[in-house]
Amino acid sequence: MASLPGVGKKTALRLVLHLLKREEEEVDRFSRAFTKLKSEIKACDTCHNLSDHPTCEICSNPGRNQQTVCVVEGIRELMAIEATDQYRGSYHVLGGVISPMDGVGPSDLTIEGLLDRVRKGEVNEVIFAMSTTMEGETTAFYLYKKLASFDVQVTAIARGVAVGDELQYADEITLARSIQQRLPYENTTKKG
Amino acid sequence: MILQSLSLVNFRNYEEASLEFSPEVNCLVGDNGAGKTTILDAIYYLSFCKSYFNAIDSQNIRYDQGFFLIQGAILKNEETDKLHCGVKTGQKKQFRRNDKEYGRLADHIGKYPSVILTPNDIDLIKEGSEVRRKFMDGIISQYNKPYLEKLMEYNRALSQRNNLLRYFSENRTFDEESLEIWDEKLIELGSFIYEARKAFVETFIPGFNGLHAEVAGGAEQVSLAYETQLDTKGMAELLKGARTKDRQLRRTTCGVHKDDLNFLISDHAIRRFGSQGQQKTYLISLRLAQFEFVEKATGVKPMLLLDDIFDKIDDKRVAALMRLVSDHRFGQIFITDTSGDRIPALFREIGADLKVFNVEQGSVQLQEEVADGQEK
Ligand SMILES: Nc1ncnc2c1ncn2[C@@H]1O[C@H](COP(=O)(O)OP(=O)(O)O)[C@@H](O)[C@H]1O
Ligand SMILES: [Mg+2]
Ligand SMILES: [Zn+2]
Repeated sequence: MASLPGVGKKTALRLVLHLLKREEEEVDRFSRAFTKLKSEIKACDTCHNLSDHPTCEICSNPGRNQQTVCVVEGIRELMAIEATDQYRGSYHVLGGVISPMDGVGPSDLTIEGLLDRVRKGEVNEVIFAMSTTMEGETTAFYLYKKLASFDVQVTAIARGVAVGDELQYADEITLARSIQQRLPYENTTKKG
Repeated sequence: MILQSLSLVNFRNYEEASLEFSPEVNCLVGDNGAGKTTILDAIYYLSFCKSYFNAIDSQNIRYDQGFFLIQGAILKNEETDKLHCGVKTGQKKQFRRNDKEYGRLADHIGKYPSVILTPNDIDLIKEGSEVRRKFMDGIISQYNKPYLEKLMEYNRALSQRNNLLRYFSENRTFDEESLEIWDEKLIELGSFIYEARKAFVETFIPGFNGLHAEVAGGAEQVSLAYETQLDTKGMAELLKGARTKDRQLRRTTCGVHKDDLNFLISDHAIRRFGSQGQQKTYLISLRLAQFEFVEKATGVKPMLLLDDIFDKIDDKRVAALMRLVSDHRFGQIFITDTSGDRIPALFREIGADLKVFNVEQGSVQLQEEVADGQEK
């Protein structure tokens, strides 16, 4: 249990002792819930958000603008943006960033899926919301070049957050503002 | 800036020691292994929050003890600041200024600068280009704020690109776009680093030449040059041109990570063609030029720490050097020597305010001066 995020050795021990005191049936129910969690929650076919259906709640929500796609590294960043309650478009979860030293190349991410969505003409704006780490920036640049041949607007969220700060640590107001005040991608980079 | 006093507890071979310094020249005299260099290193600790000689803090604790303590009082801008550095085994290093702990040690560095000359400087001449790049980078990052970060980013992008080249080779594939994104980073960062180094060397050279002429009495013609592939072509062109080679060798063969400084005597490599004394003179001049650079960058005169620098240089140069450093261009000086009276005698002749300390097996004694009016 100590391998779970946020759970140290002491907490793990406390949890185990607690479970041992409970009735067997109750512990059983608990473990079944875990198994169900693992087998039923999958990635959305379209955006790779967590979902227990092939299409997630965001992608199937007619009240949301499906032509605007915000590209994030992971589920956590998606949740951070959702928490602001200010964004009414859809997402695309990359599943990481390009980093050869970690063995992650473009084909290990959901880049093809994003290009498919664009290719089908379903998208008219792609918003980059990757972190401002070197790998986040490099991944954005890679995507930008891939998207250049399509008739799609590419923007990046305006950063009120300091360079190197990860999106999930930005406070909600800053984040909400940076989503609203997004800029054309070319203007956000030195590369022009 | 003047270090007024220093006290040590359990620092290397010192159980306890306290010293009150002269604002001008301080000589530490004693046999090998007595503890002279240790005093200089303690001063270095107060400047840089770490040892110059041993990066592992706990190894600087006296054998079989649990902690060490270095404390100093430094006069700066007419105020005396108390510095406190404590290392306990198994605990985080403590560094306080006027009883206040620093949030980040990086905030301290540069406030009380020092420049150290040691026999290890010979590595600058003998070793590979990495040592000389470090020399440049260390000075540049003291006045160019974004430099260090850009340098670290460059190295990271380089490592990413090299990993990618290895991946291509191992999997017999190639993807131009995947490579180009790292090229783009290296171009942006490499060009910045190149410009910064070029500007540094250009301003460094005249100071260096002048100092060298003073120490050597103009006896030899020396020069210093920045060697870089970026002189002829831009980073973008270099990377493009070397692409086939890079793929074969599975690493990036062009860029500022190949930069070097050429140290020349009569237009030949001093490593091969300089005598030991000439090499030493060259190194001393490099460090003194660094001193002047750091002074300009930080606005304070660093403490000058001279460790065993007299080996292999002739008496004429020693005298010239002592005259030079006791000139008020350089501030407070700390100097070690094994032979009893050679250096003190020189300074007495010059008429500097002088304190001589006899160092012996971890104890320091102020040598009582004969009252012959050497005070100015
Ligand atoms: N952690 C330590 N504890 C005790 N003695 C040490 C420690 N580290 C080094 N020493 C010893 O301290 C002595 C002083 O070294 P140093 O200051 O370099 O002498 P020198 O006077 O020749 O410059 C040496 O004999 C060295 O072995
Ligand atoms: Mg020594
Ligand atoms: Zn979805």
